[in-house]
Amino acid sequence: MDRTTIDLWVGIFVALGVAALLGLAMKVGNLTTNNIGETYTVTANFENIGGLKPRAPVKSAGVVVGRVADITFDTATYEAVVSLSLDKRYPFPKDTFANIYTAGLLGEQYIGLEAGGDEAALVNGDKITQTQDAVVLEKMISQFLYSKASESTDDKSEKSESTKSDADALGSSPLDNIGKPSND
Amino acid sequence: MIKSALLIGLVRGLRGIGHKSIKGIWRFGAGIRLFWLTLMSSGECFRRFHLIIREVYFTGVMSLIIILVSAFFVGMVLGLQGYHTLQKYGSSEAIGVLVALALVRELGPVVTALLFAGRAGTAITAEIGLMKATEQLSAMEMMAVSPIARVIAPRFWAGVIAMPILAILFSMVGILGGYLLAVPVIGVDAGAFWSQMQANVDWRHDILNGVIKSVVFGVACTMIALFEGYDAPPTAEGVSRATTRTVVTSSLAVLGLDFILTSFMLNV
Repeated sequence: MDRTTIDLWVGIFVALGVAALLGLAMKVGNLTTNNIGETYTVTANFENIGGLKPRAPVKSAGVVVGRVADITFDTATYEAVVSLSLDKRYPFPKDTFANIYTAGLLGEQYIGLEAGGDEAALVNGDKITQTQDAVVLEKMISQFLYSKASESTDDKSEKSESTKSDADALGSSPLDNIGKPSND
Repeated sequence: MIKSALLIGLVRGLRGIGHKSIKGIWRFGAGIRLFWLTLMSSGECFRRFHLIIREVYFTGVMSLIIILVSAFFVGMVLGLQGYHTLQKYGSSEAIGVLVALALVRELGPVVTALLFAGRAGTAITAEIGLMKATEQLSAMEMMAVSPIARVIAPRFWAGVIAMPILAILFSMVGILGGYLLAVPVIGVDAGAFWSQMQANVDWRHDILNGVIKSVVFGVACTMIALFEGYDAPPTAEGVSRATTRTVVTSSLAVLGLDFILTSFMLNV
């Protein structure tokens, strides 16, 4: 085959490949949407980060303002040290509050920032002091059960009656509906 | 009597295993040597770039039809299967993410490499095997033309250039196939399809890693095809066996390498 025809076809082939890569990057990937330009890094200590992973989003008012860069463990305080790289376009006050939230009931975890009222802004290397840990579902359930149990024992000590009132106190707990046929 | 027959059989079996292992290691070493020689003579080959372009035409452009058609069908099947399962959990909008991640991360590079081994790898092996059988390679050496620089290296670089392009086109056309099935046929919302895809496909960790995979597969597939051709016994039977071995070895190499690369990229 003629050399110029081959050149033309290979040119079309390579151009198609480059166009498809650009298409993938723009239309399929997040090169345009989540492009965070220059960043500054701040750290935050948490007692429990739950299932937070590096590259998880950092959101404020629902807008992605940065990403979790790195998660390490501090053996001096036994806390998790999370470094966040935030977009330079979004400065936050020094007394910003960092929470770990969960997207939906079972979704991925992300960090939510709530701006405070301080005049000075966070700069590279600063530390966010006010943090709130991840909500661990098992902990919440066990706390709920514990409080219910202590309520019922309180009832018992107040009334100090027969076992019937005991059963009533237990029966009035919302947990009663779980897997138990009602007595009446 | 029976005992000695058993012993002889055992020794013969062990000898067979040993022979096969030594031959396998020898062939692996010879392949690495050929790879090294190819890299060494690449400079000479890049100075005559039209040789590479010619081979890109034969390995890349001529493989376009099979790659694009199979990509379209793979994308549509992914769409159908994904929808069937996802709708049970009420999240059929996630179908875009499923199709895009499956194609960009895995199916694009791997299926392209398997098809490439069948379509272009066999052609390379048969061509070089026949060149050797008809003593064209020896004739080149007689004329002080290095067959590695003139024949092997251009085909190698052509394969390395063509494979990522084919894999990218495979992913793109597969996603288009998934889109055409999910949005107009099934009725998934087009906005949710694209926006969920964009939110979950990462440029560096998904797309670029897929491209890196396809470059590695390109090196492996092309080198195996070239070595099998270069090493083929110069007979009709030898060339036919070498062609078969190209497909088998390339497929196994691609799947094995895919596992290794994926485990590195996901860093589990």
